[in-house]
Amino acid sequence: MLDTHALVHDFLNKLKRRKIEGSKGTAKLTAELLRTVISQQRIPNTNQAGALVDAIKAIGEQLVAANPVELAVGNVVRRVLHIIREEDLSLMTSAIGGPSLSVISDDENDVDRDDYPVLSAAAVAASARNALRAPSLQTLLEDMSHSAAVHHSSSSVDDSEEKTKSTDKNSRSRKLKHNVIETVNELIQDIAACHEQIAEQAVEHIHHNEIILTLGSSRTVIEFLCAAKEKKRSFRVFVAEGAPRYEGHILAKELIGRGLQTTVITDSAVFAMISRVNMVIVGAHAVMANGGVIAPVGLNMVALAAQRHAVPFVVLAGIHKLCPLYPHKPEVLLNELRAPSELLDFGEFSNCMDSSTGTGFPLLHVANPAFDYVPPKLVSLFITDNGGHNPSYMYRLIADYYSADDLVLQRKPAS
Amino acid sequence: MDSRRAPRTVIDPKVRQVGFFAPPDRSQSVPLLQNSNSPPSPPLSDLSPSGNSLSPVMIPPPRHLSDLSSRAVPVGFPPNRLLSPLHRFSGESVIPVGSYNPSEFASPSVGDFFEEKNAQSPGPRRSRGVGGSGKFASSLPAGGFELPPEVKPKSLTTVSVVSNLQPNVTEKVGEQSNESQDGRGANSKPLKEKTSKAERRALQEAQRAAKAAAKAEGNAGSGVANSVNTKAGKASKAPVQKKDNVSVAASEKRGGERMTDKDRKKDVPHPRMQFDDTSRVEKAKKRAVVKQTEVRNRVELFRHLPQYEHGTRLPDLEKKFFRLNSVHPAVYKVGLRYLAGDISGGNARCIAMLQAFQESIMEYSPPKEKALNRDLTAKLNSYVSFLIECRPLSISMGNAIKFVKSRIANLPLTLSESEAKTNLLSEINKFINEKIILADKVIVQHAVTKVRDGDVLLTYGSSSAVEMILLHAHELGKKFRVVIVDARPKLEGRLLLRRLLGKGISCTYVHLNGVSYIMSQVTRVFLGASSVLANGTVYSRVGTACVAMVANACGVPVIVCCEAYKFHERVQLDSICCNELGDPDAILKVQGREEINDLKDIANDENLQVLNLTYDATPSDYVSMIITDYGMIPPTSVPVIVREFRKDQILI
Repeated sequence: MLDTHALVHDFLNKLKRRKIEGSKGTAKLTAELLRTVISQQRIPNTNQAGALVDAIKAIGEQLVAANPVELAVGNVVRRVLHIIREEDLSLMTSAIGGPSLSVISDDENDVDRDDYPVLSAAAVAASARNALRAPSLQTLLEDMSHSAAVHHSSSSVDDSEEKTKSTDKNSRSRKLKHNVIETVNELIQDIAACHEQIAEQAVEHIHHNEIILTLGSSRTVIEFLCAAKEKKRSFRVFVAEGAPRYEGHILAKELIGRGLQTTVITDSAVFAMISRVNMVIVGAHAVMANGGVIAPVGLNMVALAAQRHAVPFVVLAGIHKLCPLYPHKPEVLLNELRAPSELLDFGEFSNCMDSSTGTGFPLLHVANPAFDYVPPKLVSLFITDNGGHNPSYMYRLIADYYSADDLVLQRKPAS
Repeated sequence: MDSRRAPRTVIDPKVRQVGFFAPPDRSQSVPLLQNSNSPPSPPLSDLSPSGNSLSPVMIPPPRHLSDLSSRAVPVGFPPNRLLSPLHRFSGESVIPVGSYNPSEFASPSVGDFFEEKNAQSPGPRRSRGVGGSGKFASSLPAGGFELPPEVKPKSLTTVSVVSNLQPNVTEKVGEQSNESQDGRGANSKPLKEKTSKAERRALQEAQRAAKAAAKAEGNAGSGVANSVNTKAGKASKAPVQKKDNVSVAASEKRGGERMTDKDRKKDVPHPRMQFDDTSRVEKAKKRAVVKQTEVRNRVELFRHLPQYEHGTRLPDLEKKFFRLNSVHPAVYKVGLRYLAGDISGGNARCIAMLQAFQESIMEYSPPKEKALNRDLTAKLNSYVSFLIECRPLSISMGNAIKFVKSRIANLPLTLSESEAKTNLLSEINKFINEKIILADKVIVQHAVTKVRDGDVLLTYGSSSAVEMILLHAHELGKKFRVVIVDARPKLEGRLLLRRLLGKGISCTYVHLNGVSYIMSQVTRVFLGASSVLANGTVYSRVGTACVAMVANACGVPVIVCCEAYKFHERVQLDSICCNELGDPDAILKVQGREEINDLKDIANDENLQVLNLTYDATPSDYVSMIITDYGMIPPTSVPVIVREFRKDQILI
């Protein structure tokens, strides 16, 4: 218990100090942290899942508060909560549904089994994530919770057959923990492997002799482009440098190292060049429920230019970046202002930055936002680790990965 | 305008008052002009008025000319009639012919008047000059008039001289127009010491005789020239002065139109040199003064543009200083400063170039047996090509060069060398003052009306016009905040930021990428422009299009400030066909951020290309308004201004 406290505290500090950057790294670390927390968590005999959920929620709240702009943290916390609920449900149905097994399993066999060879709860969850369930009359007719139960009952069929009537409380609690941890492990793997999953689709989107523009740096974009290059596609990449962080330079270096023809341009030349570009491929910081994108600063400009010239604007995003919240004024509320020293030399303008002018306001303000909000209408396509999606479809994906109870992580002030 | 029209209908008496008059008249004339011009032109009303207001200045000479020439026919000067229609446009040229009609002009009183004027040249000239600038400025708001005091005499003389100059003067025409030119040329020299009338007359006669004699040998039209010679200068002068005021003849209209037609054909912009055309590039290299090394990895899309290594040229050029005989030191200096990037910004570059030309013209003397116009044009061409090698010309510079060349070409051959030079110098001065300095003032006057208290004004980079607007608005006590958007690699916004902060204006500094973030707070966007093309495209510092686009998406009005001399008749849809490439190394290094050096070690990799564009083209639909010295216009009206302005430039 102490261990986890120390760990959580440490992680919180890192988040607060922005020591951890990049949504992927953050997501992975968060998932790992939560995994340890779960494994350390002592579980009461009754209402185990509830206890777990409460514990995770408490930690999750702190994590989100530590860096409210890094939406990946909240996403992972919600994912873990969702996993706990799923596993709990599956165990419950296996326990309760033992007698009625025949009925349900028959049903489910018809509907689901042929599509998804069921191995374990985790596998089912993953498979459900990776592909959409074909809409069946039953799922449409049943109410929401029941359909979720049905969904997992299918997975529990095997389990329940293996360990029939394991009504022992102890074994059940151990089993819950075990299952949850296993699924969280899978989540971590998913996060780690999202590059490859996304990159696999590169060939479908990049053709010969195309010109592709990107801005800033994103591991996903690099992998995506290189995957296309490995498939013998020859194309040219324009890299806008992405001031003031100049991550484009890093990206360009990487691409050149892999033998791609790369042209470095300034951000200001984006509009000039976009008319000759076939596709804009960028990474994202987070994807909102409405299909809007929180992206590195400058991308809204690129998206507008792309729209003007009818160039497809493709966003690559792992599923862990999918945030179940609808944004309100995201360009301000979900933004972060970084140090002005990236834009201006303190020495040069130091006399203007204090409030010594007598009016109480400094003459000079420097705005150095870290993110841009790209509204959904400017995005042509999302490519995630489970395929391409329209911006308007994002809300539906969210229903697959998060449970509605977790959307608000903050506990009510009263409680 | 009415007041200007009135004198035209009444021929003789008023001519003297308006055209040239003794000092007592002067005090009258100035108020008169002001009355007539300033009230009817509220800053906004202006497009067509401005066109009109220009026309009285320009149209009269040809009218008079036709008038005269038609009159001349019965008198019987067949050679003149044989001259091509060009003569009609070149009013000056035919004027001597008109002057033969003794009944009309050769009255002694006129002659006396002239003498008087000559004797007191500074006075009348000044007053005329004021009149001229007043005419020019009639479309301008009242505040726009103040010329710097030292400017006045020059622009004055130019006004009187300018009216002589007509485009397309053939040699013959020039020949025939001597008398009038001589007289006036002498007058127009501001600093000419007062020689006695007789001396001057003698001098003129001698020159004229010499030239006419030379011409007569080869020239069929020599008879005319001779007859011209015999005539006294006094007679020839009168019509010149009058032509401003002579009544309108319909035929002239036609003439004017034809001229623009012809001119249009001539002036359709040449296709630019394409640097992917190897043969032409080779040729150009042979001619080149500056040895240029090409950048290693050129960007495929931009092979048609010149792209040279930056660092190697400067020392190379410096070494060559003593070997470059063909280039005047002043031009050379300016070229080096372009190369080093000391001078940037359309106006600054243009003024520097014109001043260098002035200096070189001042010290210029034509070689023997060469006509000044031709030799000077050739000289100028070599200067220009030198400057191009240092840095590709901006469109504003191209326009200015075109202006200077047309002035040189239209110099009457009969002018003595020094006269011609003074003439040119004052022309150039006038261009700088009216087209650039005054124009900026007018733009500021217009634009300030668009700044309200509490506004947040956004500007991009550093535009001299926008800076003047902001400073002026601040001086007027308006309360506003400025957002300066800046971009790599030039980071010109920092300098602007420094200057504005120095004046106590509250500023926000943002990088171009953050423009979407800040745009929601902004109420107006003011942008400068390198040029405005005939389809309304604003050709400006790279990044301007991005700012305009984001502003447009956020519903913020975009106001472009651009002097009319930067307008160009070319059209362009994208920023690729025509652009200027900057130094690629500037991108690899991030100024002030040494820790960012990812690209340094792979700068020579063949897969890496670095593109440093200098300009981009903002589509006209992002622009809400263009503020120019002719008023505030929508981008769709640019072609109108281009047409008007060209006419004006040619006819002044």
